[in-house]
Amino acid sequence: MTSDPPLETQIALWRDYLRRHPAVRGSDVEELEDHLRAQVEGLTEAGLAEDEAFLVAVKRLGNLDAVSREFAREHSERLWKQLVVAPGGKAGEDEAGTSRARTEAAVVIVLATLAAVALKVPELFGFHLFTGGPAAETFYARNFALFVFPFLAGYLVWKREAWESNVWERDGGRRGLVPIVLLFVAGLLFANVYPTLDPRHTLALTATHLPIALWLAVGLAYVGGRWRDQARRMDFVRFSGELFIYYSLIALGGIVLTAFTVQMFQAIGLDVEWLVSRWVLPCGALGAVVIGAWLVEAKQSVIENMAPVLTRLFTPLFTLVLLAFLGTMAWTRTGIGVERDVLIGFDLLLVVVVGLVLYAVSARDPEAPPGAFDALQLLLVLTALVVDAFALAAIAARISAFGFSANKVAALGENVVLLVNLVGSAWLYARFLRGRGSFAALERWQTAYLPVYFIWAWWVVIAFPPLFGFR
Amino acid sequence: MDIGKDLVAASATPLVLAILAEGDSYGYAILKRVGELSDGELTWTDGMLYPVLHRLERFGYVEARWGKSETGRRRRYYRLTQEGRAQLEEQRQQWQVVDATLRGIWKDTLERSSERLRPAPGLRAVWRTT
Repeated sequence: MTSDPPLETQIALWRDYLRRHPAVRGSDVEELEDHLRAQVEGLTEAGLAEDEAFLVAVKRLGNLDAVSREFAREHSERLWKQLVVAPGGKAGEDEAGTSRARTEAAVVIVLATLAAVALKVPELFGFHLFTGGPAAETFYARNFALFVFPFLAGYLVWKREAWESNVWERDGGRRGLVPIVLLFVAGLLFANVYPTLDPRHTLALTATHLPIALWLAVGLAYVGGRWRDQARRMDFVRFSGELFIYYSLIALGGIVLTAFTVQMFQAIGLDVEWLVSRWVLPCGALGAVVIGAWLVEAKQSVIENMAPVLTRLFTPLFTLVLLAFLGTMAWTRTGIGVERDVLIGFDLLLVVVVGLVLYAVSARDPEAPPGAFDALQLLLVLTALVVDAFALAAIAARISAFGFSANKVAALGENVVLLVNLVGSAWLYARFLRGRGSFAALERWQTAYLPVYFIWAWWVVIAFPPLFGFR
Repeated sequence: MDIGKDLVAASATPLVLAILAEGDSYGYAILKRVGELSDGELTWTDGMLYPVLHRLERFGYVEARWGKSETGRRRRYYRLTQEGRAQLEEQRQQWQVVDATLRGIWKDTLERSSERLRPAPGLRAVWRTT
């Protein structure tokens, strides 16, 4: 059967899309492709043009996500197989799928090991982690994100390139990789060229903001050059949330493991704590980032995401706490006492609230009508805004009395960044609940706002040290 | 006529087994046969057939092997096993019981309801009046 190139291209695209479903193995793809081609042939013989026949055949095959779910139900063991890298099912079958899973496992293990080893390389030059004195301490504080994020981004770039053909080409070849590399180089530069003077406030700011700034590079690798695509951005948000959860789980397991290791060796009179604290924990902590990303990618789209579930659980609880806080403040007539870290505390509160909104948005069907949970979200956002207004008033008083410092300005800036997001969210939620706007608008607002976080983080990393005299 | 999802799902196993009892076949041909047998009334989402076939394979009712199509593409053929034949017989008996029961009650309702109502294809009308 001769086919025009366009049909072959369409089938190739369709195949690539189907392959991304982990429950569908290579041999299943082949079987479904045979079906698709037989259907197209049948329809063209009946008089349809090839492209029409392709569309009809794809439609009749059904929604691929739904089909994949059926496969997942029938072959749930495959999802786990992918994770534990078991050898392929039946001999000769599904070689492509298994070998790809194996290659991926190998790539992941190599990259995780590289990240772990990279952490120890500076020790060759006298920068000893934990025991190397202040110089080594500041070195690691500034650079720790650079030890792991490049490897994480490398994994994502590799995966997009190997699995989704043409993904980079669509945006002009590998030029899509240039911004990622440039961001890492910039991170390396700004983390290390500035001097550090006591009391090292700008150093602490760099240490906390550089990881956020570099997360942008990871994001660019994740979206595979399609950073303008709002849906891809939302996918990256989901990926970040799931990675955070997986990382926490791996960390818990790691703690149990190390506790047992230390205890067991103690029982035979050996002290291995130096090994654990200098090698196992720090290296494991970095390697686990890459491993966690791999696990998130492997179970993607098959199992219900965790972050939205936690959101559902904690949205009512946080709302309750905020309301209780406001109620108590009104009852006892006490203002917010301005302690040193109070602004940072309220920043973190806003981060949590933005996170709750973001992950509720990420998992919601935009077509669904307004419900009670949406009203609860709006209530949460509104109470957070009121609480934050009190905090800001208190801080404004403090700043006018004691002047600006790097920490205060950074915390204030973050507060504004998050506040703007929440005001926008509250406005769009209210419109949506009153039937004046769509939920998609809220989703767009959230994805469109993502660059603001990165811009702010880079601004702090690049401009704050010189602005505040490197102190 | 739109046949309910549950009914389609329930009838899938005996139908696929019965078609394979006619001879070895593959996914696309099985679906075509379903269309012929039901005059196009029974439609499946094509993709959903394959998980069903794989489940039947897991139960040991069918065997699969890779062969070649007329045009030389790799194609997966399915064959009914001995166990599959036994299963088909069992399902046939079960469906006959269901069928006989329904026929019995529909006959009664038809006799009791107005004479203008016609049997079989107009069953919906029966439901509406009862």
